[in-house]
Amino acid sequence: MTAYIIRRLIQLPITLFGVTLLLFLMIQLLEPVERTALYVRDIPHTEGALDAIIRRYGLDEPFHVQYWRWLVGRVDPETGEKVGGILRGDFGFSRTGRQPVIDLILYRLPASVELALWSVVPIIAVGIWLGIVAAKNHNNIIDQAARVFALIGWSFPTFVFALLVLMIFYAKLGWFPPGRLSDWAQRIVLSPEFHQYTKMHTIDALLNLRLDIFWDALRHLILPIMTLCYIQWAMLLRLTRSSMLEALNQDYMTTARAKGLSEKVAINRHALPNALIPVVTVGGLTVVGLISGVVITETIFNIPGMGRAAAEAAQNLDVLTAVAFTMFSAVLLIVANLIIDILYAVLDPRVRLQ
Amino acid sequence: MTTETIIVREPPGHKGKISRDEAVAWTLPELKGLRKVLGPEWYRLLKGLVTNPLSVAGLIIVAFYILMAIFAPVLAPPTSEVVDPYLVPRDGFSPEPKPPGTVWNREPPPVPTWYRVITGKDYWVHLLGTTSGQFDIWYGVVWGARTALFAGIVVTFSTVIIGLVIGSISAFYGGWLDDVLMRFTEIFMAFPFLLAALLLSSLLVPRFGRSIWPPTIALIAFGWMRYARVVRGDILSAKERDYVMAGRVLGVKDGRLIMRHILPNVIYPILVLASFRLGDAVLSFAALSFLGVGTQIGYADWGQIISFARDWILSLDTHWYIILFPGLALIIFGLGWNLIGDALRDILDPRLRTEQG
Repeated sequence: MTAYIIRRLIQLPITLFGVTLLLFLMIQLLEPVERTALYVRDIPHTEGALDAIIRRYGLDEPFHVQYWRWLVGRVDPETGEKVGGILRGDFGFSRTGRQPVIDLILYRLPASVELALWSVVPIIAVGIWLGIVAAKNHNNIIDQAARVFALIGWSFPTFVFALLVLMIFYAKLGWFPPGRLSDWAQRIVLSPEFHQYTKMHTIDALLNLRLDIFWDALRHLILPIMTLCYIQWAMLLRLTRSSMLEALNQDYMTTARAKGLSEKVAINRHALPNALIPVVTVGGLTVVGLISGVVITETIFNIPGMGRAAAEAAQNLDVLTAVAFTMFSAVLLIVANLIIDILYAVLDPRVRLQ
Repeated sequence: MTTETIIVREPPGHKGKISRDEAVAWTLPELKGLRKVLGPEWYRLLKGLVTNPLSVAGLIIVAFYILMAIFAPVLAPPTSEVVDPYLVPRDGFSPEPKPPGTVWNREPPPVPTWYRVITGKDYWVHLLGTTSGQFDIWYGVVWGARTALFAGIVVTFSTVIIGLVIGSISAFYGGWLDDVLMRFTEIFMAFPFLLAALLLSSLLVPRFGRSIWPPTIALIAFGWMRYARVVRGDILSAKERDYVMAGRVLGVKDGRLIMRHILPNVIYPILVLASFRLGDAVLSFAALSFLGVGTQIGYADWGQIISFARDWILSLDTHWYIILFPGLALIIFGLGWNLIGDALRDILDPRLRTEQG
């Protein structure tokens, strides 16, 4: 077990190194002239200014030199200070966010985390439950309905679904508005007597004992949560269903029934725990789904989170910001996958032996 | 997936369970000629596809889109021959979208015969309305079918080829090469797909301009890993089989062994995956377009048209047609490929075959 975890931990730096290398390679798709915009905000319109910047930042130097500088930073020849270097946490200045990228990430993080936290429980709980129900009713009308639901869910692009629910529940019915808070609530949240502990409005509201603000924040979250859930349920349903079907057909189920266990006990105690093991791996996919889902839902529902910042940055070729967000989410995914793999090994002894 | 179970086609009247699809397939008259041409494998595949109502629905949907793409110049004639037909014609520049049925005032396209017969009108109306900036939605939806099919096919074909090459080299040679290639694959998989494609696509825009290529290349670059892994796994199990050993003993060259003996046996799982992924690729393409790193403004592409709705969030109830029509085009397109993929999996997965009662 320990050996397995150590083996996985050794792979971690290799993957991280690969991720940074690949990201840097992608940036190199831009010509040196285009890359000057990454370092200098206002390029003087004088002759030779561009060349001077290219030389000053070493944008025409060999690949490995530039890569190393990008990782650990470089000494600015004019000020003599050490600047840049993603390993030092300096991702540069965000043009679209008008502040250093690292500050932008910290500033935008709470809204995204809040959305993800509210979504993850219904996604997993309901998704797995639907899969189990479908498997128990194998091939009858409920199973077929689940199948159709999953197929439609798979074919439903997130952004179309988001716009449709917005059309129905906001434009038509006026129930759930986009954004994070209503104007009156926004004013209270920004006022000095309201303490923003986590910057997640639902949690802050509870800590400040302001139920009215809690409801307002939640009302704004309902549609994004719905969007994130619907898309993921389809996938979870299919995976749990097939995994559960396989477990139901195992010999130990025949044994359980033969020794006189009721169907309910046989399913809940024997089939379910085994069926849920492969479902653990879906955790990784859920994280991916949340990250991409957040990019689209935040853009559409006008939530100032990480996803929207990433989309805006990509749209405006704010490369530094886009790269930082991509890297941030890649690291998040790598860590999530590591945890899931270890969890999987704990749950299923066969994995460890390989 | 094991391959023998597929190859051995049990004769009618064999002992053991027959699935419903097979029963139907056997009661149909055997098209002997077709079977000879296609071989037993592809014949069974085709038969499974045309006897399952869900996959028939999928095939009809896909055929419908292909026809729409082919006859796009008839269904939505370009306004003039000099402009790029993939750019949606505009009826003025007013920001306010117009509902379906509004008369086309400025430089309407030539009126085709089918339109005159069906509507009884001599002038174009905006059949599905216009977006802000007066892009005709009907035109965009019809020509968008070409964009979708092109992007879907190019992305799927390229990713399958890359996956096949990397997966088969990795599995066949093993050792350090396998290690390196699988690490390489893992690095690509470490990125959340949409975000990575978004970044790459935006970085490709200065190179290619805003066109169909940046999102297509980005989707290829981050879309091949699943194929590589599936191919590798299947080849690893195929490699252990006697016929490959026999080939080696006889001194068959590596390339020939891969091409003639191993790949044909791993192609079916890839086929299932590819049909699912084709719909997926188009949805992702549309998402990138929607987020503004895809085709240029006014290009006939479903995601692009839907993105116009972002300016009208507050009044979507009156401007519903901007999302509904291109949205439906996209959903039904995805559904068609998913239905086919679902049916293919049922046909090709021997475990599911025996399960079905």
